[in-house]
Amino acid sequence: MAALTPISRKPMSLVLPTVAASGGLLGLFVGTANNSGFLGIVIGAAIVTALAALYIFALKNEQMAKWISILVFVALGYVFGGIPGAILGAIAGWFFHWFTYWMYEGRYRQRLLPYLTPGQVLWHYGFRVICGAIFVFLITPILVVMPLSFNSQDFFTFTPEMLRFEAEGYSLKHYQDFFTNNEWQRSFKNSLIIAPIATVISVSLGTLAAIGLSQSHVPGRRAIMAIMISPMIVPLIISATGMFFFYSSIGNWMEGTLGLSKNFVGYIKVILAHAVLGIPFVIITVTATLVGFDRSLTRAAANMGANPVTTFFRVQMPLILPGVISGGLFAFITSFDEVVVVLFVGSASQKTLPWQMFTGLREQISPTILAVATILVVISIALLTTVELLRRRSERLRGMSPG
Amino acid sequence: MTDNTSDGPMLAADGTPLKKSLARALRLQKMRALMLIAPLLLFVLFSFIIPIFSMLSRSVENSIVVETLPLTVTELQAWNADSGELPDEPVYAAFVADMVVAIDAKRHTRLGTRLNYEQTGMSSLFRKSGRKIKRMDPEADAPFKEKLIDVDKKWGDVETWRVIKTHSPTITNGYFLNAVDMRRTPEGAQSQPEDKQILVKLFGRTLIMSLIITGSCILLGYPVAWILANLPMRTANVLMILVLLPFWTSLLVRTSAWKVMLQQQGVINEVLVWLGMVADDSRLVMINNQTGTIIAMTHILLPFMILPMYSVMQTIQPTYLRAAKSMGATNWTAFWRVYFPLSIPGIGAGSILVFILAIGYYITPEIVGGTKGVFISNRIAYHISSSLNWGLAAALGTILLVVVLILYWAYDKIVGIDNVKLG
Repeated sequence: MAALTPISRKPMSLVLPTVAASGGLLGLFVGTANNSGFLGIVIGAAIVTALAALYIFALKNEQMAKWISILVFVALGYVFGGIPGAILGAIAGWFFHWFTYWMYEGRYRQRLLPYLTPGQVLWHYGFRVICGAIFVFLITPILVVMPLSFNSQDFFTFTPEMLRFEAEGYSLKHYQDFFTNNEWQRSFKNSLIIAPIATVISVSLGTLAAIGLSQSHVPGRRAIMAIMISPMIVPLIISATGMFFFYSSIGNWMEGTLGLSKNFVGYIKVILAHAVLGIPFVIITVTATLVGFDRSLTRAAANMGANPVTTFFRVQMPLILPGVISGGLFAFITSFDEVVVVLFVGSASQKTLPWQMFTGLREQISPTILAVATILVVISIALLTTVELLRRRSERLRGMSPG
Repeated sequence: MTDNTSDGPMLAADGTPLKKSLARALRLQKMRALMLIAPLLLFVLFSFIIPIFSMLSRSVENSIVVETLPLTVTELQAWNADSGELPDEPVYAAFVADMVVAIDAKRHTRLGTRLNYEQTGMSSLFRKSGRKIKRMDPEADAPFKEKLIDVDKKWGDVETWRVIKTHSPTITNGYFLNAVDMRRTPEGAQSQPEDKQILVKLFGRTLIMSLIITGSCILLGYPVAWILANLPMRTANVLMILVLLPFWTSLLVRTSAWKVMLQQQGVINEVLVWLGMVADDSRLVMINNQTGTIIAMTHILLPFMILPMYSVMQTIQPTYLRAAKSMGATNWTAFWRVYFPLSIPGIGAGSILVFILAIGYYITPEIVGGTKGVFISNRIAYHISSSLNWGLAAALGTILLVVVLILYWAYDKIVGIDNVKLG
């Protein structure tokens, strides 16, 4: 939305109380931290109002006002909370300067429809604040883990050294532990063996089946779909126990009759179990891609003499590839992230990374988990980016508008 | 062509009637589709559906008593359990004969464990008596009635024999009765003693907590989905990352993050203490209880609510709201009477999905739930791996699965499985 509404300066009777209220809110937090909430409110409101009045009546220079607020609040923050306080102060200073001018110049109306009542304007911004809070709720836990993983002590919380930004508060020792500790390395390697193979199985079978399901005449299509999606819906604990009994008898048969080694059989069991869990994701994403697939293309290929296999690999596959790959990534993350089934089906030598994290969380709480978590978050950011790019490419290929 | 239409069925190029030729083509097409589907369908059927059903069949299967004590069970048929008198000598003789075989095969302790689920003390009774019966000879040492009662006076207790007789059929409803805090007795189903009644409470807690989680997901997800659907595409895509990143992040990462946040020495408590809002000695207890489970699971399942809501809200035309307002509706009326009803399918899809996922959750309650915040899944895992009462685990699992399947069916009816969208 571009600027819709001509803006005008607002009267002091609106600006000063609002600014004072916001200052009071900050003052409340600082005040309670220093044992007097009420005093905090009064002082906070007074400082902010004084600054606002200074800018509006005396200074009349926005750039300078910005630096004055930042300096004042950095100084205040440093007095109350050292270096972290100063950094928070800088943010607060910038915010109050912005907020004062936002209110005073009436900029808050700029992007809104001209006929909105003050109540509607208030609700508009109030709603955005609520949504912002929910986004913070969504993302904070993931962000909090990252700095904590650089903790130089074996604590799960911020140490005073970390808050003062002292170098000795931080270290890479948890990462070092992850990369040198045998147990973590073995489980990481196991995850890297199991997840890709399980992904390949579920992608190849899943893609074939999705293509079959997208044909125009499939008897019992709904029932087949329901069966194939069920691994996603059935509670994992039930799948895990069912597979536990099934694969232990299959495993005994493979070890006894086929004479395979116990370790190898263990991997086969976990891989097959994970492949089943990944299938619904492949089916869902590939069917979604096939919905927009133009059937006349395969007919055109057949018309020009291509046999079905050539048609599939040269015409259909390149077009649905983005969907197949993102289905594969879903299957990969499902297997890479799976604990319950591997706990039941696997044995100690198939211990995967999530299993190791699970025992770590339940029994010996070690901050190495946070280092692993950070690495996994980075991996998931990479995967998310890939999926997003693929989705856009797929929509472009199918001639839809890029979303 | 005109000839064909007038005198007889229409013919295809090769001379067969067109109808037949089309039917053959259709049949071929169906076959080809099924051939493509078959490998996966068989794979899922054999390695997923059938194992689950065979596991669930353990909830009614009870052949262990008949297999271990075949002769005794036959003899007990004639005994009237309600007479209040001990069974006669043939039962005791048959029992010793059965036990000698069972002890040889080391199966008697398993039977003891099985019967112990129904009556405490049975396990030790079978173990202890086993050692002494081992030395008896089924032929020479008769009669056995007195001797067995000498071995352990519980063999002279009518109740012991009644338990064996009650649990002798090969198909039992005993595990299901246990699963709803009842037990199988000679007089029919009765409720468990007060101190053993935990499972119905646990089912209730699982349901209530799943509902609370679904409710809080709706409350938090609706505004977010609304703002994503109404912001310009570019901004919405950036904000969407904030929703998708948690969705893609490992479950264990998020669970451990919540452990870090919610602990007594955790981030939230530290911040609150630093701000002076909570005294240092009265830190909030937010983990290892229901609060912890609800907060963590709401966060984990929130993307599953936002994504379906968002895809429904995207299709609602903003002009509808403007039309309503132009006809004099207030903001609230326009929202409540126009926008909200149109968004209900999204709420329904998201709620069922979140509820299905929540009700079967295991990992998060296990880590942040302590003892008060666990779900029925944790009880099933406990019976599978610790108490080894697989029959009860299977019965609990069956009940859970039936609930989930009903919801799955409803989801299919309302949303359609093919309409599930990911990301």
